[in-house]
Amino acid sequence: MSFEWPWQYNFPPFFTLQPNADTRQKQLAAWCSLVLSYCRHQKLFTLDVLEAQESPVFNNKKIERKLSVEAIQVVFEELRKKGNLEWLDKNKSRCLIMWRRPEEWGKIIYQWVSKNGMVNSVFTLYELSNGDETEKEEFHGLEDWMLLRSLQALQTDGKAEIITMDDGKGVKFF
Amino acid sequence: MEESVSKYASRGVDIKSLKAKVNSSSSVIYFCFIILLKIDRFVWTNGLLEMNETVVIQQRGVRVYDGEDSVFIRRYLVWIQQKFLKCLSQIIFFEEQTAGIGKSAKIVIHLHQALENKEPGPYQHSKYSYIELSFNEHVQIEFYRRLTEEMTQKRWENTPVSQPIPTGPKAGRTCAVGIVGIERKLEEKRKETDKNISEAFEDLSKLMEKAKEMVELSKSIANKIKDKQGDITEDETIRFKSYLLSMGIANPVTRETHGSGTQYHIQLAKQLGDMLQAPLEERGGMMALTEVYCLVNRARGMELLSPEDLVNACKMFGSLKLPLRLRVFDSGVMVVQLQSHSEEEMIASALDNVSDKGSLTAEEFAKLLGLSVLLAKERLLLAEKMGHLCRDDSVESLRFYPNLF
Repeated sequence: MSFEWPWQYNFPPFFTLQPNADTRQKQLAAWCSLVLSYCRHQKLFTLDVLEAQESPVFNNKKIERKLSVEAIQVVFEELRKKGNLEWLDKNKSRCLIMWRRPEEWGKIIYQWVSKNGMVNSVFTLYELSNGDETEKEEFHGLEDWMLLRSLQALQTDGKAEIITMDDGKGVKFF
Repeated sequence: MEESVSKYASRGVDIKSLKAKVNSSSSVIYFCFIILLKIDRFVWTNGLLEMNETVVIQQRGVRVYDGEDSVFIRRYLVWIQQKFLKCLSQIIFFEEQTAGIGKSAKIVIHLHQALENKEPGPYQHSKYSYIELSFNEHVQIEFYRRLTEEMTQKRWENTPVSQPIPTGPKAGRTCAVGIVGIERKLEEKRKETDKNISEAFEDLSKLMEKAKEMVELSKSIANKIKDKQGDITEDETIRFKSYLLSMGIANPVTRETHGSGTQYHIQLAKQLGDMLQAPLEERGGMMALTEVYCLVNRARGMELLSPEDLVNACKMFGSLKLPLRLRVFDSGVMVVQLQSHSEEEMIASALDNVSDKGSLTAEEFAKLLGLSVLLAKERLLLAEKMGHLCRDDSVESLRFYPNLF
């Protein structure tokens, strides 16, 4: 299924950071949702700033407009404030995109676990993210760090416990 | 050649044979001796310029006379600025001497006594304490002028670097007689007064610096008062203002609230009010201040206005209840506009224009409306500020779109 671009994507002013405060707010909101939905569609969990400049999200070749690096930084900052983005390094060159928050992931995983009656069983992380049984699930292919965070969220809720085993981590659901 | 000549000089060789040797080489242009001073104070240097030195003037065919005796040394005389610093300290006084019968016009240079530890030069001793330089006619004037320049410039810088000046200028005046002596005394006196005056003004310049600081300080305090009206009581503010006034600093607060308030500006404002009605109507109710300035001055012909007067007069439009207004945009552009001119209408029409065309640049908009590009841009920016338009900044240009966000 190809990605559906929002109307703003083809509106040239969308690629210029607006000086008017109100307009800018609306613009940034639109950008945030665009980035998140694109990452969700592509199942991207990390972004590299320099690469992002060339990716179709920030670079619309059809109207020959692209978002400047400063503007990209502003958008990322906005995402970070909302809690959907985390910088991996101090130089702000790579970041984690959380188009779904860990708590939400945790809920989905738990739902699947309880639906299939696998409560009280132990899984390795690999099984959850890449196992055959989870192939149709949304969290299939979830990256490790994200999976871990979502399980940690469940742990704080008391619905799971992370176990350290010989060759990795596992989780037990309650 | 240089070494051989200096060898001769140090042995105190008779000048005539020296001359012969020099003359034969004087036709070589590159070979220039630097005659620094009186012959017994001359020192040899090579012709190369050192770091801080520049050629001040280069003369050909100069004859140098030692005192009254003529020493027919034709040389290329090259004044080198820096070395001259040291040498000019040796010059007490110089003057022009007009040509007489059998004598050519000369410049006479009076000098100090020679110093003990001087480097070797063409002569070791001489009984005169002045030299005369004889030039071709027209170069003499130039040379004299240059020498005067150098002397006046260098005299002040001279003292720290140069060789120690012998006890006062009096030491060198061994043959100060007649008119020459009187003239010299007058010259001395004039220089003294000159020096005194510049010293006196030095103090004044320091005073002015201090005064400037005080003015700055009081201005900043007045500004602070303006900002924080509540913190200081009414009485104190009034007292402070009166102090400022007594010091001669008009309070910036009152200046702003009442304008500079002179009669001239008031009259001028009224006149402008009458004059500008028609042009403003033609131009859609708004004109940049620069246009107004040009228009007004062209109309006046004589008795032109200065920019400050124009601005001050325009500032008074409001208080005089004239139908014009001076308006300053965010970017600093100042315009005069009719009071009846409604900004909302303008912006609404701007929005219509832009929507019709999809997007517009400032230039296109200006062309469309017959406005100047500056005013067109201001209008678009204003519309953007109100949220009706948004901008698209690209390598090509700055375009404005209707705000669809």
